[in-house]
Amino acid sequence: MKKLLSIIMVMAIAASFIYAGGAQEVAPADEDMKLVLLVKSLGNGFFEAVADGGQEAAGELGNVESIYQGPSSSTAEGQIEIIETLIAQKVDGIAISANDRDALIPVAKKAMKAGIKVISFDSGIASGGRIVDLAPSDEELIGRQQIELIAELCDYKGQVAVVSATSQATNQNAWIEWMKEEIKEPAYKDMELVEVVYGDDASDKSYREAVGLMEKYPELAGIISPTTIGILASAKAIEDEGKKGQVQLTGLGLPSEMKQYIENGTCQQMALWNPVDLGYTSTYILYALATGAVEGNPGDVIDCGRMGDVVIGEDGISIMGTPFVFTAENIAKYAEIF
Amino acid sequence: MSIPTSIKTITQRRETSLILLIGVLLFGVTMRAPNFVSVTNIERIVNDTSILIMVSIGQFFVILTGGIDLSVASMIGLSGMSAAMINQYNPGMPAGFVLIIGMLIGMVLGMINGAAVAYGKVPPIITTLGTMSIYRGMTFVISRGQWVTAHEMTESYMNLPHGNFLGISNLIWWGIVVSVIMFYFSKYTKRGREIYAIGGNKVAAKFVGVEEKKIHMTIFTLSGILSGIAGVMWTSRFAAAVNETAAGFELQTVAACVIGGVSIAGGSGAVVGVVLGALFLGIINNALPVINLSPFYQMFIQGAIVLVAMLINTLSEKRREQELLKGRQQ
Repeated sequence: MKKLLSIIMVMAIAASFIYAGGAQEVAPADEDMKLVLLVKSLGNGFFEAVADGGQEAAGELGNVESIYQGPSSSTAEGQIEIIETLIAQKVDGIAISANDRDALIPVAKKAMKAGIKVISFDSGIASGGRIVDLAPSDEELIGRQQIELIAELCDYKGQVAVVSATSQATNQNAWIEWMKEEIKEPAYKDMELVEVVYGDDASDKSYREAVGLMEKYPELAGIISPTTIGILASAKAIEDEGKKGQVQLTGLGLPSEMKQYIENGTCQQMALWNPVDLGYTSTYILYALATGAVEGNPGDVIDCGRMGDVVIGEDGISIMGTPFVFTAENIAKYAEIF
Repeated sequence: MSIPTSIKTITQRRETSLILLIGVLLFGVTMRAPNFVSVTNIERIVNDTSILIMVSIGQFFVILTGGIDLSVASMIGLSGMSAAMINQYNPGMPAGFVLIIGMLIGMVLGMINGAAVAYGKVPPIITTLGTMSIYRGMTFVISRGQWVTAHEMTESYMNLPHGNFLGISNLIWWGIVVSVIMFYFSKYTKRGREIYAIGGNKVAAKFVGVEEKKIHMTIFTLSGILSGIAGVMWTSRFAAAVNETAAGFELQTVAACVIGGVSIAGGSGAVVGVVLGALFLGIINNALPVINLSPFYQMFIQGAIVLVAMLINTLSEKRREQELLKGRQQ
């Protein structure tokens, strides 16, 4: 009996050793990796959505804990303070939407020296203060997608026109150049980009230009307006002119502003980058850097789950992908966010 | 020939020359866009220009005294945003009531301008340059940078300018009613004539008992009220209250006055001229998108037409002044 008891005790002790030892050995690999999304400020719907994206990625990756942090007001000082504490906590990675592209460089360098991977997204940190800067999209992807969207709406045929912001707006002009490239593809052989007009981001001028387009081209099939005021004014103009259903509309717009027109079908689909995707992709990139899967050198390719591969470009700048498409199905959810 | 009748002919002639100019402009546009002069399009242009007409009349009274109101666009923005937000948070409130509140907000903003000019002795251009930024800034503050758009507005609010009475849109009716009342006010009321007097000869006007302070309060308050109405109409018409609403619009109102024959130095001009001047600008604004010209040419043409119109106006005015002098000498 005593013998049996001692055997059991020995076994129990041994087991506890094994267990404890095992726990100690396995822990570093098994313990959740702490990846932080540090945003400009708390209490902003846009960034809450970024946090949701981080959670989604963490769920898919498994051993990741996604932490959402931000100062109560949008200041660089607040962010610096938080980064200092994160260094002390020895987190594995920080993705930052910076309140100041230069002011965060010293503290970010300190974090990187401590072995923490630092990237920026949404609002970048200048070169030297982060490994990767994630841009939501690029000119080519945006421009080409706009043509695809309008083509889907008007069955790949007819005249389309663009209501832009000002004639000097660099980003708008770059997108329009890519639209002109894309429409040369054989798929759009029955489509024609007839004119680009400029609403100067003023509601009255954009409205007038949209009305003018419908006057000038009675057969107009679609309007693309890659600017928030332009798309709103165009939607109103199409409705007021009684051309809803006849003239289709797409562009880049904020869900909260375009909700009405997307739900009632004046603008059946439009695009914009989406904060959920930004949080999601940032977390994937941090994970790849923190596990050592990639170094973060130009040319490195990171698998970002449902967002596909993200390639790190020159100076660490990476492009997330094609903007997200908003339709009547998902608009209500995103209209709450931004 | 007696002086009063010749003054009368001058004003008549100035408006006639403007009507002729408008005719030439319409003809020119029709050469390039044949459908431009159709009943629906003319109605569309008048509808589009009604806001400009209302605000330009407010501007007219200020210019008549030799001042200028640079804050009209910001007053439109602030009262429009306020009205849209009131509508957003109190969807049960009748739209007509929201319109009155918007008008009152404009009135208060205008009174602030008036008080600074009348009692603070700050020149109008400085006062309104300041309040232009203050009111625009306040728009951002109350909206927290957010816009109010269609789905946050009620149907009745968005219908304020769109609804129609006797087949003419409410917005056009507003333009007509404001023009008629202001025409009467400027011509047949004591206060209206006092405004002309102050602008024509401040010292003489003071001697005959015109109170300059009251006049300043009146004109800026009037400009504010009209901008307030315009703000509500603007945000409801485009179903969007953005922070930059009407940015740069103040210059259009000044241009409408000057094209309409209002002297920047004060003292002369008439409501009818301002209405025609605004229509002239409205026609250009609506013609440019349909005449198939590159946007860079459009900017050039817009500027050129405005300048030419002003030149014609001032030159003919000068000639008539000379004729008047000749008449006096004889």
